[in-house]
Amino acid sequence: MNRNGQAAAFYDLEGTLVSTNLVHTLAFYAQRQQGLWQTAKKSLETLAKLPFFGITDLYSRNVFNEVFFRSYAGISQDRLRYFADELFEEVLKPAVFDGTPELIAQGKKIGQRQVVLTGALDFTIERLMDYLGIDDYVANRLEFVNGIATGRVLPPVMAAATKAKWIREFAEKENINLSESYAYSDSISDLPMLSIVGHPVAVNPDFRLRQTARQHDWAILDLK
Amino acid sequence: MALQLRRKTHESIIYIDKDSAPRIMPFGEDFILEDIPIGTRVIYPNPPIKGLPNREAAIRYAVNHPLEMEPLYALLEPGMRVTIAMDDISLPLPPMQTPDLRQTMLEVVLDMCAANGVDDIHLIIANSLHRKMTEWEMKRMVGQKIFDEFYPDRYYNHDAEDDDNLITLGHTRHNEPLRINRRAAESDLLIYLNINLVPMDGGHKSVAVGLCDYESLRAHHEPQTIRDSHSYMDPPASELNHKVVRLGKLVDEQCKVFHIETALNNKMFPEGYDILTRNEDEFSFADRLKWEAMARTFSKLPRKARRKMLHAIPAQYEMIGCYAGKTEPVHEKILELNYRQYEIPVKGQCDILITGIPDISPYNVYSALNPLLVQVMALGYHFNMFRNKPLIRKGGVMVITHPCFDEFDHNFHPSYIEFFHRLLPESRDAFYLREKYEREFATNPAYVEMYRRGNAYHGAHPFFMWYWGENGRQHVGKVIVAGAENAHVPEILGWERADNLTEAIAMARSYMGRNAEITMLHQPMIGLCNVSD
Repeated sequence: MNRNGQAAAFYDLEGTLVSTNLVHTLAFYAQRQQGLWQTAKKSLETLAKLPFFGITDLYSRNVFNEVFFRSYAGISQDRLRYFADELFEEVLKPAVFDGTPELIAQGKKIGQRQVVLTGALDFTIERLMDYLGIDDYVANRLEFVNGIATGRVLPPVMAAATKAKWIREFAEKENINLSESYAYSDSISDLPMLSIVGHPVAVNPDFRLRQTARQHDWAILDLK
Repeated sequence: MALQLRRKTHESIIYIDKDSAPRIMPFGEDFILEDIPIGTRVIYPNPPIKGLPNREAAIRYAVNHPLEMEPLYALLEPGMRVTIAMDDISLPLPPMQTPDLRQTMLEVVLDMCAANGVDDIHLIIANSLHRKMTEWEMKRMVGQKIFDEFYPDRYYNHDAEDDDNLITLGHTRHNEPLRINRRAAESDLLIYLNINLVPMDGGHKSVAVGLCDYESLRAHHEPQTIRDSHSYMDPPASELNHKVVRLGKLVDEQCKVFHIETALNNKMFPEGYDILTRNEDEFSFADRLKWEAMARTFSKLPRKARRKMLHAIPAQYEMIGCYAGKTEPVHEKILELNYRQYEIPVKGQCDILITGIPDISPYNVYSALNPLLVQVMALGYHFNMFRNKPLIRKGGVMVITHPCFDEFDHNFHPSYIEFFHRLLPESRDAFYLREKYEREFATNPAYVEMYRRGNAYHGAHPFFMWYWGENGRQHVGKVIVAGAENAHVPEILGWERADNLTEAIAMARSYMGRNAEITMLHQPMIGLCNVSD
């Protein structure tokens, strides 16, 4: 491990820096399908799948990702990209927690590299990353064939242990000192990522992460 | 010498003889009954001075007859900008019964502002790097009516990390920087409402410390200044006070400050609990019953419930004086009252000082007294409650009673946990810790946000707590904790542990000799020992 490099702050996104989650984005696109019939169909489908998404997420974030992104199957790349700006203005920007800009500004003030790791889709968060002043980010990427989403995510799928692996490789490549670095997340599924840095922080944590943070004396932060 | 010492020299000092009753001692959230060695000098708090019968009238008189300033009504003009700053929840201790004295002061001042057409008023809690007060605490402090009128837009906590709302006033001739709350500094009039519980409070500290930022504070909250402060409670002998006075003069050059200071009596507990501060030899049958009832109740409750119960008992303090006007003359008058209430003339230092650590400190209101705070109470506060000379001889042994549980409040004291478990095992050297880690903690983004958005003490605060014990640490030869429930907390603090008080005293005597003079501070108490040869 590099002990002389720069420190970084690694953030999860949904629930940590913004109040939205992947379902909000899916619902946004479901409401913007071609034609009324398609829009109603996709919206109802999304609504019906909500309990299923919830259960799979509780079971495993990896399984959730596999199931969840199938809902994008059949949507054109153009449509997804076209509405990305609107998604930012209408959904993501208002969902940024009050404390998020302060936290990032403080990290920048002390020279930390600002890095976001998210399970969201890359094209949906480009504007948000610019807005927040994030230096680097890694997100999930949909597979497209002939400009149409297949519903599969290109590897590596950003979730759980993959985030920790990515951070290790990033630190090696970019000369980042992990023991001086911070990781922020709201979910117990990010435990691997929180465990590999010197300063793990539970942000707006769920019950299980709060308990874990208390047991390990990690900082618990409320950005809402 | 011993015979001379054992003469009754003051009503607050008694000596243990073979017929003496055991003494009640605080033990964290509990109280224990202990037999104290014959010959031990026990120092009690002075009895409370009678409070003023009408405190509102006294405050009104003070603001109408200020010292070295015009009366408040003459300073108020329609359309002017007024900021009223006030002490935070660390004063008084424990929190006083409602209405809080700040509420009464505010009612008088706000009435006067309204009568003079002043409506641009902000109320700011001068919490400095302390935790921000919760909404409930803020409401309790000023009463429902004022709270409803001002909260949250015009009644809020000072934020020492809010760069946009801080302004640099300059540097003292010793190059100490001062950046304070912008609203307070840019107001046409800054009114400060103070409760001067002990002599280290109030005066220039109110504005120059209560409303400053981290960089300003670290100029004087540092180990050397603390080492050079021969009791915080004796301002002329306190280097910390000298630095704060320099900063206060800088404030006075640039801001118009109208200070209202108050002094309280010593009435810490309501009836029923007042036995905790009285001489056990004089207990009536009813007093003994009260103690039995209290001890039985406490023995049945878990620690957290005892803590909750203790924190729910409001102090019965009464105001014994109020002065208003220019900071220095006002503070001088209030200090006279403080000394009149607290000062106890004590002849001769001791070799062994016994002091119980109660669950009362400026930094754990409504939370646990964590190990770092136990340290600050023992070596910071109890050691420093003197004038002239320390109560304990150089190299003497301090015996404290506290369970020393390894418990921290995650919301209020997050940076304390890292300080205690990561830094102290590496070094207990205050200078080393300041140099290597203080700024890292102060700028830790998570701690900054927990201070700003939550109710956490600032990231640098545990360092100040450690420095606070620095002169005690340099002076005392050993600290022995009687009843510590684990070995690692005393070890991390550099202390020794004993199972009980008897064992601790035996250990202390083995270091200091069989004829060691023993003195016990009968806690909980606010008392200032003026120690002479």
